[in-house]
Amino acid sequence: MAVQSSFKNMTVCLFAICIVCSSLLAGVYALTKAPIDAAAAAKNEAAIKEVLPETAVTIEEERTVDFEGASYAYNLAYDEAGNTVGCAINVAPVGFGGPISIKVGFDASGVIWNTKVLSQAETPGLGAKCVEASFSEQFKGFDPAQKKLAVKKDGGDVDAITASTITSRAYADGVALAVKVFQAIAQTPMPLNE
Amino acid sequence: MGKFQLITKGLIKENPTFVLLLGMCPTLATTTSAINGMSMGLATLFVLVLSNMAISLIAPYIPDKVRIPSYIVVIATFVTLLQFVMQAYVPDIYETLGLFIPLIVVNCIVLGRAEAFANKNGVVDSALDGIGIGLGFTLSLTVLGLVREILGSGSMFGWKFIEGDGILAFVLAPGAFLALGYLIVIFRKLTTK
Repeated sequence: MAVQSSFKNMTVCLFAICIVCSSLLAGVYALTKAPIDAAAAAKNEAAIKEVLPETAVTIEEERTVDFEGASYAYNLAYDEAGNTVGCAINVAPVGFGGPISIKVGFDASGVIWNTKVLSQAETPGLGAKCVEASFSEQFKGFDPAQKKLAVKKDGGDVDAITASTITSRAYADGVALAVKVFQAIAQTPMPLNE
Repeated sequence: MGKFQLITKGLIKENPTFVLLLGMCPTLATTTSAINGMSMGLATLFVLVLSNMAISLIAPYIPDKVRIPSYIVVIATFVTLLQFVMQAYVPDIYETLGLFIPLIVVNCIVLGRAEAFANKNGVVDSALDGIGIGLGFTLSLTVLGLVREILGSGSMFGWKFIEGDGILAFVLAPGAFLALGYLIVIFRKLTTK
């Protein structure tokens, strides 16, 4: 190495490298912030549309509701005439590899319209199959008043993923929690069919 | 050493996965399918080429005793840049690789090449070395991912050829060690003749 390892040289060198690197990062962060936020917002909106009935044309801004000590984000949706047609609630039950973030959509009568995984870190090839249609299809049109939201092993009506009981259980629990949150929202001073 | 050999040596003689046994953490963790392995390899290739070039340029001005922290800062900068850009323009791929992108910082292949090659050689040679080692890593990860995907999920690059599940253990951690072990044996057998 050409440069001597004196105290002054080392300090100046590390200082210069850190300054250059951090300003470079700050610049790129500023440039990419808008597209990153836009991508996240577009993804969230697409997920809301996916879990709600097609008649939902206006999606209200996100609100939060407190339920049993935790806070949940949800969006209400209206049709062209302004009637409430559905509600999308975010829940994040803990699976095998951390929280599974799920958006659960309800129609106005409280029947589950559809569910969608926003993010998960389950084992690839096993628990990660919870994003696939073969598992998530069964929640379409699931009426919590008629069927039980628990895996069959626990006496419920949800088909578990092969060899991934923990993930399936967490998913079913998450959807069951969303049902309770939905009922809490429906009873708040601002009723669904406002 | 010719320019061409700089690239080919990373594929066989100094293959980072099967010969140098470097970067085992991402190798074992990301190769649950061929596509995942390939994406991880390509992301590492990108960081490796850029960091090799940058380090070969600044190496003469860095005092010996602080070279490792300096290299790490440079590598971490490139990884974070890659993360921002991927998150902004290819959010789907970013989601699949998620956790493993930041792990490139501590991938010893990248620091290893900076120490062993880039700080002693010119920009062009360092870039070629990065391409060679990066391609070797990408190919190894793709092959390992493919083997695990065929045995574990019964599919190739996402295309299913059997119904239902394969031997699930191959998708999980033990299968990664087994598959890697046998691939190293085969690789040694083929290359030492």
